[in-house]
Amino acid sequence: MSSSPGLILEAGRGERQYWRDLWKYRELFYFLAWRDVVIRYKQTVVGLLWALLRPLLTTVVLTVTFSKIARIAAPPGIPYAMIVLAGMLPWTLFSGAFSGGSSSLVGNANLISKVYFPRLILPASAVIVGFVEFLISLLMLALLMAYYGIAPSLRLLTLPLFTVVAVAAAAGPSIWIGALNVRYRDFTQIVPFLLLLGAYLSPVAYTTDHVFANDRLPSAWKFLYALNPMVGVIDGFRWAILGGDFPIRWPTFLLSLAVIAALLIGGIRYFRRTEKTFADVI
Amino acid sequence: MADPVISVENLGKKYLLSHRSEGGEGLRHVLERSLASPVRWLASKFRGTAPQAAKTEEDFWALRDVSFAVEPGEVVGIIGRNGAGKSTLLKILSRITEPTSGRVRIRGRVASLLEVGTGFHPELTGRENIFLNGAILGMTRAEIRAKFDEIVAFSEVERFLDTPVKRYSSGMYVRLAFSVAAHLEPEILIIDEVLAVGDAQFQKKCLGKMGEVSAKRGRTVLFVSHNMGAVAALCTKAVVLRGGEVVHPCGPTAAAVEAYLSDLGAATRISLRERKDREGAGHLRITGFSLHDAEGSPLQHFVSGQAMQFHIHYEALADRLPGRLTANFSIQTHAGFLVSNLSSEFTDAEFIDPPPQGTIRCRIQRLPLAQGNYLVNLLIRRNGEVEDMIRGAAEFQVENGDFFGNGRNGPPSHGSVLIAQNWELSSGK
Repeated sequence: MSSSPGLILEAGRGERQYWRDLWKYRELFYFLAWRDVVIRYKQTVVGLLWALLRPLLTTVVLTVTFSKIARIAAPPGIPYAMIVLAGMLPWTLFSGAFSGGSSSLVGNANLISKVYFPRLILPASAVIVGFVEFLISLLMLALLMAYYGIAPSLRLLTLPLFTVVAVAAAAGPSIWIGALNVRYRDFTQIVPFLLLLGAYLSPVAYTTDHVFANDRLPSAWKFLYALNPMVGVIDGFRWAILGGDFPIRWPTFLLSLAVIAALLIGGIRYFRRTEKTFADVI
Repeated sequence: MADPVISVENLGKKYLLSHRSEGGEGLRHVLERSLASPVRWLASKFRGTAPQAAKTEEDFWALRDVSFAVEPGEVVGIIGRNGAGKSTLLKILSRITEPTSGRVRIRGRVASLLEVGTGFHPELTGRENIFLNGAILGMTRAEIRAKFDEIVAFSEVERFLDTPVKRYSSGMYVRLAFSVAAHLEPEILIIDEVLAVGDAQFQKKCLGKMGEVSAKRGRTVLFVSHNMGAVAALCTKAVVLRGGEVVHPCGPTAAAVEAYLSDLGAATRISLRERKDREGAGHLRITGFSLHDAEGSPLQHFVSGQAMQFHIHYEALADRLPGRLTANFSIQTHAGFLVSNLSSEFTDAEFIDPPPQGTIRCRIQRLPLAQGNYLVNLLIRRNGEVEDMIRGAAEFQVENGDFFGNGRNGPPSHGSVLIAQNWELSSGK
């Protein structure tokens, strides 16, 4: 929908009103996010409960393998399941949002070739789906905290902050790879693989302490490890939920923030540059 | 209201053909290119030009130098054969794709309907889809809510509102989709051939609804169609495109329709190889259809009453084509009226074990068609099974001629079929 004063369509016209358009189309954004949430659980028996069950089951499996079988040490007094869950929550948010976001453009090819709207809405609404599921899975956190008798501290109030960082961490690569996927379908193959690797390379089932306190690891490796933006996010979550035993390492956290910002800015720039040709190549 | 609501100036749209034929440029191609000549690749990256694009890829101009203007309240038809650039033009006007050159100026809220039910999701219920589809077409939630009951009543699917649309019959699905679209109230509405689906009665209802709104509010409509009847009935003006260019400027509908029809008639031998809209088993393909005089030389103009030949060219995929071949072609008017069906079966001609490549000829003594434009549908069967069928495979124009053999051309209008006849009068009761 265009505004009344007159709209000019021309090659290479940088549509100065792009961000205003984005705001104008916020209802479509809302509807698409709603559609994706609703469709996901249509014709399922337990419905949205799946958003709870998935992290629960993964937490159980990871706790058993890493704590009981591999016998990885953890700070005394904190149940290993809580350590895993605190990492699992942001990771599930990231992986859900990233896999949805990176396939959002190709998955909505018919919309792209038949209707105009700022295309950024598609990856954005897919990321929001991950966020909604995350909100539901927070119930899990409350239940488990109650079960283990862990009293919430004031630090928990910082959780929304880290959640925003997690959403931003998912949004950048989603937008970038989503746009790349339009032209190079190779990314449809790459994304699940990246997520599988990411689950091991991120401190989900272990902690950053396990990495940094390990003298056998060369420091170059530790630096590479810290480049993973989810390291900062997960560390933040652990600190907010479990407290002092899991301090935030500022250099690592700031590095994560920098990587997240770079991915987000780079992603949006690449997206904006290629967006105009989506309908021609999709 | 002298200012046009839509003005299109020298609009052009270029595609790179190899991009499309490869179905997206795989990562491998970029890697190959960067590995093959890294220096040139890097240099081109820095300069921001596509590497070797001009050399290895063919430019294709889907639109070139198109200009026209639409005044407020006009209903303008855009007509032309397949591949004339109509859809590309609509895509640019709907902001789906960007022009390569030229510019468009639009004043007013635009809604485009390039497809019925865009964004309908099979898992969602009718109710949910009304909201989703409405939002996709550009309605606000408040607007959809305000019109919801009206949309539901119009679609006649009240009872199934809470059923997922995947369980709808195709008729119900189309009716619901149409209903949402019919309740759009933009200042400018862009419609692409969408009225071609759905049952005729419901289409009429939608056209009525749209016409009513447009008459009341002075809405501007751009309308693409192959149905000349619909164009003539709905449009106040029309523009004809061919090969991406305007061949008949935006003007009165009747003249434009005529220009379009004569454009269709111009081609006597149409390349049918590329046609995708064919049906049948496909062991052989119809590759061409041509019209000739009695001696077999190609004809440009046909007149009523002349002796002529119709040639159907075919090619088999394999080098052998066992079986019994029968050929068929029907002639119809643009309004869809079937004039006649000609078939090798009628004359007991049988082509047994035909060569893998050949031409089937049909001779007629006196062309019994009156002046006008005609459309040909082609069909080849083997052992009674349809091998290849192309609807609207060719068009030809017939001029007035001396059918009755008395040196007089018939009157300009006397139906489509000419019948040889004798008259006499006898006395008595």
